Amino acid sequence: MKHLSIYFLISSLIIVPGIYSLVRYGFKPSIEFTGGTRLTIENTISSPDIILQSFEEYTPSLEDSTPNSVTLKTKNISQDTAQKAIDTLKKDNPEIKITGFESIGAALGKETIKKTISALIIASVMLLLYISFAFKQLKYGVCALIAMFHDTIVLLGSFSLLGHFFGVEIDLLFVTAVLTILSFSVHDTIVVFDRIRELSHKNKGIEYVTLVNQAVTETMVRSLNNSLTIIFMLIALFLIGGETTKFFSLALLIGTVTGTYSSTFTAAPLLIVWNNIFAKNR
Amino acid sequence: MTLSKPQKVFIFICAISLLSLYLVLPAKIFNFSVPRLNFKIGSLDLSQEIELKQGLDIKGGLQVTLTADMQEIKSEDRITALESLKTNIGRRIDFFGVSESGIKTAISGNDYRLILELPGISNPEQALALIGQTAKMEFALPVYIEGKTATDAATLSDFVLTDLTGADLARATATFDSSNGQPVVDIVFKDSGKAKFAKLTKENIGKQIAILLDDYPVTMPTVQVEIPDGRAQITGSNSIDEAKALAVQLNAGALPVPVSVLSQKNIPATLGADSIEKSITAGVIGLSMVVLFMIGNYGWMGLIASIGLVLYGLFTLTLYKLFSVFLSLPGIAGFLLSVGMAVDSNILVFERYKEEIRAGRTWPVALELAFGRAWDSIKDANTATIITGFILFNPLNWNFLNTSGAVRGFALTLILGILISLFTGIVVTRNLLRLFYKGKTLEIKKQKSK
Repeated sequence: MKHLSIYFLISSLIIVPGIYSLVRYGFKPSIEFTGGTRLTIENTISSPDIILQSFEEYTPSLEDSTPNSVTLKTKNISQDTAQKAIDTLKKDNPEIKITGFESIGAALGKETIKKTISALIIASVMLLLYISFAFKQLKYGVCALIAMFHDTIVLLGSFSLLGHFFGVEIDLLFVTAVLTILSFSVHDTIVVFDRIRELSHKNKGIEYVTLVNQAVTETMVRSLNNSLTIIFMLIALFLIGGETTKFFSLALLIGTVTGTYSSTFTAAPLLIVWNNIFAKNR
Repeated sequence: MTLSKPQKVFIFICAISLLSLYLVLPAKIFNFSVPRLNFKIGSLDLSQEIELKQGLDIKGGLQVTLTADMQEIKSEDRITALESLKTNIGRRIDFFGVSESGIKTAISGNDYRLILELPGISNPEQALALIGQTAKMEFALPVYIEGKTATDAATLSDFVLTDLTGADLARATATFDSSNGQPVVDIVFKDSGKAKFAKLTKENIGKQIAILLDDYPVTMPTVQVEIPDGRAQITGSNSIDEAKALAVQLNAGALPVPVSVLSQKNIPATLGADSIEKSITAGVIGLSMVVLFMIGNYGWMGLIASIGLVLYGLFTLTLYKLFSVFLSLPGIAGFLLSVGMAVDSNILVFERYKEEIRAGRTWPVALELAFGRAWDSIKDANTATIITGFILFNPLNWNFLNTSGAVRGFALTLILGILISLFTGIVVTRNLLRLFYKGKTLEIKKQKSK
């Protein structure tokens, strides 16, 4: 742990652009949060622009198009209304039909955001309590939690950037991914902390920095190997898995990488920083 | 012959593995049909193949959240009205012949909702139009056609509507008759209905009155006496449950609630089939990579861990079948993720084992020490994951937390995955290693100590 400042610098190199993007661009929320309608129309012959025009009143935006299908987003409308808009296109597109339809009321969207935030808060508090209790010291809980927030911000920041540059949306599955990464991050951190606890029982009187150093070195291989197996799974899911879970896998992938990094290079160094601060006060 | 403890555990593991294999295997593999056991445990019939339930996102279908307009309903009656609405809409869904449809109520603040899942609906618009109607209740007089001969029973041919409707009914309650203890349904009419009902009962003493809900007769009680005060009792229910069911149906008419669509999702079946195929391919490839990695890194130990991993997959599938876990796309992702976490227990132990060997211990001692010491980390780390899993799953149905099916499916598979992985990662792998693994003790250390 000679290079504390370097580790924190690396973290900030990733986090700062992410926070900048979060503040500047925010997210691209899916209709699950904003409310609205997404529909896929098949057997289209006219160009997507013409199809979009028939939905003019409902603030449409094009999501995706193939030579004979169009996916678009509008404000919240019923399937009846959508069908009527489609009917006006029947002349040029005799076989046209709606195949995918998804509509979500705006009220439901707001509720989802609220529920997500309460889940995050409850999860954080529970984990803080659990870790502090399991390790009998508040500093472990706090440091694990900071490492966890580090990972969350990296993940949120990357998706803010992905949203801005590639139009990737934040949906309910993303929220699930964030919560999973919270637990993965803590899972990984606990293994490192556990080693610190064990070593401190064995070698009393050794300097805390040395202890942390040794623990980190000893758990490094395990940490890497474990993350690699999860990363194998996720890369396979991301590359070959279905369209629906593609960005879900990506979110988990980013989270796994930062979760592995943060246990060793954020959580453990923070313990030392914490110790230094409180040692000075004494 | 007495068996050692690892041998006993090994036999136990073999037994549950075989049972799981039996439960997971389809009844027919190509032309070979797996012999079925004729055995039942409670409601579980082992002679039948248990189907793996597929979620709506895989099977395709319609998912709708309806919101009920409760403006006209008094606040104390709203819960009753929502239950009646659920039953009534459930009845309409049954009319479509949808199998495995799901219908749930949800109350969020002042919002009363019904969440419907209708797999395999091909015409969602038409279905919604029918399901979303407001309940219509009418009181009518049945018309019978006399049998051709005196012995033939009269057949019901038509209903003549009266001026009494569901709007005149205040509410229905299932209760027990105070005089004879029989289950009955008490019905109370509003002021608007009292006179109409009095007239109707007066004119039809000894005859039947049919109560129609959405044009179908719910019950046809026979009028005993004239009822002037708008308070009547319908007898003839065989049990209190039957009376309750009748009361719920009557309340659907008494407390009619218009519904509107809050959210709707049509999922084409082809999309799901395509996604699941891809996810399974991804899973198989990912798993093989994990197995190769484990064997490459830990040799024989890795191979034994991989056997544990295969058993992990087997047990998970068995539990999915036994507990009817609905397989959804996020669920599959949760499963695959928990595979990664299952391997973690093994890696923790094996790394620990290497350390103990390096510290100069003989391999059997190192093996036991590794399992013992790694357990602390495994326990703490997995508890943390289970905590998050429970918050996502929201088992107490807390209103301020997520209730979405997709998120819950993911959480459930994650929690199950962790519990099973603790079993396969610790109990199974440990026993297999004890029985089949011959390790090497580092010799160099010993020479040094000489």
